[in-house]
Amino acid sequence: MSTTTSPESTAQAVRPTDERRLPILHLIAMGAVALVLAAVILAVLGTLSVAGVLILGYVLHLVLAYVYSRIREGRRWAADRVMSLAVIGAFAIAMFPLLSLLWEVVIRGGARVVAASPTPFAFWTSDMSGIIGGADAGGVLHATIGTLLITLWASIISIPVGLFTAIFLVEYADTGWRRTLGKGVTFLIDVMTGIPSIVAGLFGLALFLTFMPADDQSMRMGIMGSVALSLLMIPTVVRSSEEMLRLVPMDLREAAYALGVPKWLTIVRVVLRTAIAGLTTGVTLAIARVIGETAPLLLTVGMVTGINWNMFDGRMATLPTFINQQYRSGSATCLNEQVTNPINGEVYACSVSTNIDRAWAAALTLIIIVMVLNVVARLISHYFSPKTGR
Amino acid sequence: MAAPQPINVDSLNIYYGDFLAVEDVTVQIEPRSVTALIGPSGCGKSTFLRTLNRMHEVIPGAYAEGTVEIDGENIYHPKVDPVNVRRRVGMVFQKANPFPTMSIRDNVLAGVKLNNRRISKKDADELVETSLKGANLWEEVKDRLDKPGMGLSGGQQQRLCIARTIAVRPEVVLMDEPCSALDPISTLAIEDLIHELKESYTIVIVTHNMQQASRVSDRTGFFNIAGTGKPGHLIEFDDTQKMFTNPENKQTEDYISGRFG
Repeated sequence: MSTTTSPESTAQAVRPTDERRLPILHLIAMGAVALVLAAVILAVLGTLSVAGVLILGYVLHLVLAYVYSRIREGRRWAADRVMSLAVIGAFAIAMFPLLSLLWEVVIRGGARVVAASPTPFAFWTSDMSGIIGGADAGGVLHATIGTLLITLWASIISIPVGLFTAIFLVEYADTGWRRTLGKGVTFLIDVMTGIPSIVAGLFGLALFLTFMPADDQSMRMGIMGSVALSLLMIPTVVRSSEEMLRLVPMDLREAAYALGVPKWLTIVRVVLRTAIAGLTTGVTLAIARVIGETAPLLLTVGMVTGINWNMFDGRMATLPTFINQQYRSGSATCLNEQVTNPINGEVYACSVSTNIDRAWAAALTLIIIVMVLNVVARLISHYFSPKTGR
Repeated sequence: MAAPQPINVDSLNIYYGDFLAVEDVTVQIEPRSVTALIGPSGCGKSTFLRTLNRMHEVIPGAYAEGTVEIDGENIYHPKVDPVNVRRRVGMVFQKANPFPTMSIRDNVLAGVKLNNRRISKKDADELVETSLKGANLWEEVKDRLDKPGMGLSGGQQQRLCIARTIAVRPEVVLMDEPCSALDPISTLAIEDLIHELKESYTIVIVTHNMQQASRVSDRTGFFNIAGTGKPGHLIEFDDTQKMFTNPENKQTEDYISGRFG
């Protein structure tokens, strides 16, 4: 390689390159060789499969790239090549389940949601009243309403409790008995984080059955589920809010105090306002954590086929329990071509896979709800986060 | 306004929990003047400054004993609300700390708005303009009042903090090493500002920079500490000129002439 630089090229600074360094093409070619080699080996062994080729190919690629690079580029670059490949591999392993999950749910659930049975998107506008046997109909409106209502009430309970606890821990638990109390609260929050969700469900159930005047052990209400969920949600809210409030610099609190702003106004107008982006994210994560809970809701709110708006009376359907119920029902039996709705007399086609399809479509619905929540939280964070630009 | 009265500090002991940080300070701070506090790190000058508007007790376990009279009223009297003290005694910190969620304008109005006080748009505009002019910042920011305060340079941010402090119309302005993070040009801007501010405010400034103390202040107090773990003391307090030319105490002379320790 020539080291003389012509006068023209001096204006444009050229980053010196290591002359041993090979173009990326060599690495890609090495990957292709590894894949072919893996395919051949597996074919000889008689266990050829796409996944097998990819996994064995990746391992071979690591080895080949190291050896090749060691010979052509030297030891340090060889280590660099292998580490780069390892990082890419780790990323792929992390991303694969996520993409695979999204793909499966969108393909399987999407088909049922947009399917013209009985009308396109009827899945989101109808409930399960009178849907029996293998009827290719019915929807999750009732379960969606149930999930949203129960999660909303769980949030109404958990967010204030969690936020106020976090404010106490960060702003008030500094000296004396308050410090002791704060340590106790932190310990209990840690314990609470580890409560299995089914136990939270039992707590919600037992709490209401014990204190309700009517001695009816089969009583179920939406609010019971909300209380059970809030048990799971509070520790998450406290933990994330506490972290966020601690991130607010002491400088800002002192700046507010020095202007003669009382402590409570400083907390409300400066600390919470500065931390709002992180708080929203934390709360959204907490909601996302409980919105998919199945076990406590199976115990406390059960399942119904119709819409129930009343949180304080009767069972409610929710998306996770709906998915559970539908998937457990398994394949339907189709004795006739058609199934009649005994309530309104409508006639539907019969489909053997209808229960499974509904489970996947409900899963898609749940994912969409969580994603919408996430987007809303992102927007709130974006518009309320501290501005630093000019 | 009645004739301004001096700040009378009488046998003030300042604690962090069990630790006595500053012992037995008795001093009289002249109104409408600049008082500089100098001394080595850890000698308690910032701690003392923070007791003058009861910011000291914001730190968990910290408290002070003794009396500090501002306008004839002991601010450590049990019935006095520290919040009211801080409205009368403003403070500028070492590190410029504009509120990151607020625009330049809102930062200046922070003392009003954070206290949920109502203010008409006209009064607010006027207050923003006079405060920013008072802090020599108006010309630089008048066209971008709605931009975030964090977008300003370090020196501008510090002047924004001064504007924010004088917008609540305090009687006293405390400054805790206001220039230590600034370049010489911004420092000069702040020092000029201090000269103007002393026409209307009593100013107490803590500084590590002795040239700065001699440039800006009328009177100077020297704090020193006998050793680690010992309380700080106010060694000498006198006219700045005398302190820097003919100090009475040997420690002061050593410190000022750089023969410290």
